[in-house]
Amino acid sequence: MISNKNKKYDYIKNILSNSIVGIAGLGGLGSNAAIALTRLGIGNLVLIDYDIVEKENLNRQYYFLDQIGMNKIDAMKENIKKINPNVKLTLHKKRLKKGSISTYFKKVDVIIEALDDARIKTEFIEEILLKLPKKPIVAASGVTGYENPDRIKTKKLGKLYLVQDDLALSTDEDMLYAPRVCIMANWEANLAVEVILSDKI
Amino acid sequence: MSIEVNGRKTDWVENESVKKLLTRIKYTFPLVVVKINDKLVLRKNFDKTIIPDKSKIDVIHMISGG
Repeated sequence: MISNKNKKYDYIKNILSNSIVGIAGLGGLGSNAAIALTRLGIGNLVLIDYDIVEKENLNRQYYFLDQIGMNKIDAMKENIKKINPNVKLTLHKKRLKKGSISTYFKKVDVIIEALDDARIKTEFIEEILLKLPKKPIVAASGVTGYENPDRIKTKKLGKLYLVQDDLALSTDEDMLYAPRVCIMANWEANLAVEVILSDKI
Repeated sequence: MSIEVNGRKTDWVENESVKKLLTRIKYTFPLVVVKINDKLVLRKNFDKTIIPDKSKIDVIHMISGG
């Protein structure tokens, strides 16, 4: 006999495998969010990053020693395919350019902002809210340090879902540590799923 | 006559721009996203956008790191 729980699980699995999530940036936030979404069963990912894997990234980003020097896009493709070869990937080895940011995300169900610099984060959110006002966007602010993880919370502003710790310092003043970065990356991934399933369950 | 900024009530000031409001409430972070009644205000329009009475304003600031 199929239980209700199994039916619900199959229903969710089907929705997720037909969903598209776009991730801007494949650093600490983006690489870990992409892996979480892959394991979860999201069927389609749109990934954008221009950077290469460096040794210093390995303390928090989802790459390996033998991937140093590779483009993050190629390395992430390799890592995702090792978990699930069926995920459909749309890959952009590009630096996001102000004014044309929204073009990559027109077809996605949810956008995850996983950028580093505060100015670029702000410009990114502004452009998405302006050009794709109906598109849900998940962003993160306050990723540094290891103290006070219980200060992290979700702030919802219309279609913008912000994972934030208002009192965290910037990367100029504090370090990035794996546990905290992964908490926020996975929080972003979780919010993306919440948004996808919110009107379907 | 009042407005609400990030859930907190504050006075409404006639002809006050977003830029002036941010200074008044000592919101000094340079990189913020502002929404008035859930409508985005572009940063380039901060000094010419006037806050209407009874507005609900959200100000979020982005911190580097990711």
